[in-house]
Amino acid sequence: MGILQNILEQFINGLRSGSIYALIALGYTMVYGIAKMINFAHGDIIMVGAYALYVGLSILHLPAILAILLSLVVCTIFGVVIERVAYKPLRSAPPLAVLITAIGVSFLLQSVSLLIFGATPIPQESIVKFAGIKIGGLSISGITVVTLIVTTICMISLTWFIQKTKMGSAMRAVAEDKGAAELMGIDVNKTISLTFAIGSALASIAGILYVCQYQSLKPTLGAMPGIKAFVAAVLGGIGSVPGAMLGGIILGLIESLSKAYISTELSDAIVFGILVLVLLIKPSGLLGKIRKEKV
Amino acid sequence: MALLEVKNLGISFGGLRAVDDFNITIEKGCLYGLIGPNGAGKTTVFNMLTGVYLPTDGSILLDGTNLVGKNPAQICQSGVARTFQNIRLFGKMTVLDNVKVALHNEYNYSLASGLLHLGKYKKTEAAMDQRALEILDVFGMKEYAGLLASNLPYGEQRKLEIARALATNPKLLLLDEPAAGMNPNETAELMDTIRFIRNKFEITILLIEHDMKLVTGICEKLTVLNFGTELTTGTPEVVLNDPEVITAYLGE
Repeated sequence: MGILQNILEQFINGLRSGSIYALIALGYTMVYGIAKMINFAHGDIIMVGAYALYVGLSILHLPAILAILLSLVVCTIFGVVIERVAYKPLRSAPPLAVLITAIGVSFLLQSVSLLIFGATPIPQESIVKFAGIKIGGLSISGITVVTLIVTTICMISLTWFIQKTKMGSAMRAVAEDKGAAELMGIDVNKTISLTFAIGSALASIAGILYVCQYQSLKPTLGAMPGIKAFVAAVLGGIGSVPGAMLGGIILGLIESLSKAYISTELSDAIVFGILVLVLLIKPSGLLGKIRKEKV
Repeated sequence: MALLEVKNLGISFGGLRAVDDFNITIEKGCLYGLIGPNGAGKTTVFNMLTGVYLPTDGSILLDGTNLVGKNPAQICQSGVARTFQNIRLFGKMTVLDNVKVALHNEYNYSLASGLLHLGKYKKTEAAMDQRALEILDVFGMKEYAGLLASNLPYGEQRKLEIARALATNPKLLLLDEPAAGMNPNETAELMDTIRFIRNKFEITILLIEHDMKLVTGICEKLTVLNFGTELTTGTPEVVLNDPEVITAYLGE
């Protein structure tokens, strides 16, 4: 019983961190699908969301729900403005220029946050007051329950939005053939902005959940979850929405189980090792499709 | 008044003059053919008409408004739709969704309504489904609505491209080699379809085609393009018997 319970607990922990990775990975994969770029500043939007929540709660003394809204709005605006200012002028530039710009934006966000909030970690109490549940001998913390519910809702609504609304089908059309979509009357700029807005809103939610879990903020807090989520997106097949969800959850599970049963120090090495293996066997990722070039 | 008036249209790619001093006037309701040997610049003309390329000089007037300088989405909204020489459907989307994407500008609801699944969303999406099915029905493709576009047979994919273009509610439809890769039976059927949609949707059609049976069968007027310049314009009988045209196609 004891071992089984322990495995289950680790499994649920893995699901929790995995679902947060999935939420962030969605931002990477959607932006890649539509704008064909890796937005390395995406991880730092998590940090922006976390600090926006902190500002709302501890400086403006807003009620939790308004602080969450503030974080969502701030991140969405950041995402859209970053795209307009930094990436849009480079739409026809070589991919390397865009990549370097994205890394630049990432450092800019971290440095500005360092200037405003300083390097000392800031404590921030969780907004989840719910103590958690016990099933048999298994106890699940409140934040884990909330994380699982929130991320599930987000993923279902996003899938539904992409599949069932006209904005979603415009996004799918632009992802597949930007030129043809434009010739069918679709405003590509608007669609790209919408994609950044949605990705950033999801990153904001990830940031809020992150703060509630770790209850501490620092300017580089988005870097590691950001890079892991990027790995998750590649693992699942970059450009694929279900792939990002699957990749995130698998990554979270591997990380949690290897931390618990193999070695805490080695867990990251194992995670990245598995990525290397998957890419060797299936270079397009788990759910990615290989593009066949006609000769 | 003419629907489309193109004057002195030209484009250079670096030192290469791909199209030079191209003029065309198309009356409303006309079925017009643009022909010429490979590499004459026909598709380049289409790309300028739809805003994919910005012409170096000249003007394109659609119903009196200049299209030069507008982006492809704006030109589509002004009433020009097209198909492609190499099929460019959204292969990973269903046949129905391909048509619905083209209805994007005619039906609207807010983002909030879409996110929250409000009444306006349901009503509009239902209306879009109905309209898309109507258009598919014209092409006898209603039963394929739920299939992925990439799983359709080749001939049906060509038809779907035309259906999708029609869904944008164009005044002018540009068909880039609609009969390419079709067998004689499919081509004959296509000719009927083209005539039918011209009458049913009351549109004007400009097409590029190499299949002379199709060109002489349905086009009312032709312009021949050779080395980026206009060789001659007139009715199919006159144009195709022009010695200059025969030389352009077959050599001396």
